[in-house]
Amino acid sequence: MDKYRCTVCGYIYDPAVGDSTQGVKPGTLFKDLPDSWICPDCGVGKDMFEKV
Amino acid sequence: MNALEIKKDIYWVGAVDWNVRNFHGHTYTTKRGTTYNAYLIVDDKIALVDTVLSSFSTELIEKIKEIIHPEKIDYVIANHVEADHSGALPEIMKLCPKAKVIGTAKCKEGLYKHYYEDWDFQIVRTHDKLKLGRKTLTFLEAPMLHWPDSMFTYCPEEELLLPNDAFGQHYATSERFDGEVDQSMLMDEATKYYGNILWPLSTLVLKKIEEVQKLNIPIKMIAPSHGVIWRDDPAKIITAYLKWAKNETKLRVVVVYETMWGATEKMARKISQGLIDSGLEVKLFDITQSDRTEVIKEMLDAKGYLIGSSTHNNGMLTTIAGFLEFLKGLKPKNRLASVFGSYGWAGGAIKNIENILKETGIEIIQPGLGIQYLPDEIELKNCDEFGRNFAQRLKEE
Repeated sequence: MDKYRCTVCGYIYDPAVGDSTQGVKPGTLFKDLPDSWICPDCGVGKDMFEKV
Repeated sequence: MNALEIKKDIYWVGAVDWNVRNFHGHTYTTKRGTTYNAYLIVDDKIALVDTVLSSFSTELIEKIKEIIHPEKIDYVIANHVEADHSGALPEIMKLCPKAKVIGTAKCKEGLYKHYYEDWDFQIVRTHDKLKLGRKTLTFLEAPMLHWPDSMFTYCPEEELLLPNDAFGQHYATSERFDGEVDQSMLMDEATKYYGNILWPLSTLVLKKIEEVQKLNIPIKMIAPSHGVIWRDDPAKIITAYLKWAKNETKLRVVVVYETMWGATEKMARKISQGLIDSGLEVKLFDITQSDRTEVIKEMLDAKGYLIGSSTHNNGMLTTIAGFLEFLKGLKPKNRLASVFGSYGWAGGAIKNIENILKETGIEIIQPGLGIQYLPDEIELKNCDEFGRNFAQRLKEE
């Protein structure tokens, strides 16, 4: 499961952890995050993330 | 005011803005003004750390001239892109065109998008060092504290941290150090600054403080970009930041409301009486008459929020709506709330407010209290009960 890094603020999306602040369950792949999902630290969209 | 040596060969060369009353547009009221702190480090090489708002460029340049000729500046460290710290950069670079600007990769992009100048720019990353002579500067990237470009500069020889906006206060004073000013006023401004600017970034604040603590670098002085320098008790502000960043709360309630013909205000007062009689500390604000920046400051460590609005056009009133939108952006955690308000025929405000509070992540711990038109004796008693029940629930949590 690939991790993705926010190119704006450096936040790492780890699929093993998910994102409880937006109701994303552990095990959710980055590609399966909804389009409405945003970086929990700085608020930018998925398009600003790159694979680690 | 003149330049001031804060450590051997390190000078405050900033500016005091006594008269600014609104900051970042109208997002922050600065009733005690502010300062823009810039620091000049004189060694074999000369570095200027940050600048000031553009309208204070002359003041900055005059202060630098008290110490050296500005053309001798070798490096301008840009810890942060925002205009209140980079505003004088174009004027400074005209005086020392060969100087190198130093900052993060995001800082380079951001400065270009502000000034469209091709200055000689050196990108630095965490742990990079810049040797000035006897003194060294090391850098620590601090993205989203509070912009993507933010960075801290540290001078190990002087055990001095220059964290730009972190640990700042909007507080204009003739004194430059923490121990020289009224402590309650200082902490009042530091609290307001955290609540209105850094609160939503609390997770990052905690991580960054832990990171700095793990680096095991001694910090004897913290010189932020606004307000006084933490020389006498830097631990005081770090302790406070840890407490705020953990969203630690006190058993206090902030009641914020907006009223049309006074009925919702009657409710707010009676509810507050119930809370006070239950032994809680209460702050009451009619949001249309209050300074929003101050209200947020009061909410930073309050465990309970009671929000009220009359119903207008089947929803809440507009000033409280704007306020709640602002609060939502601050992402408060571990808070409990309830909602009240008067209505005429169909309600709507209570549901509206509950929805935005839920979106904010605030738990609604008791059903909202709506009263038609003006409350009678029994309904006023219900308001008192509403306050008492809320106090009880808060104590139980």
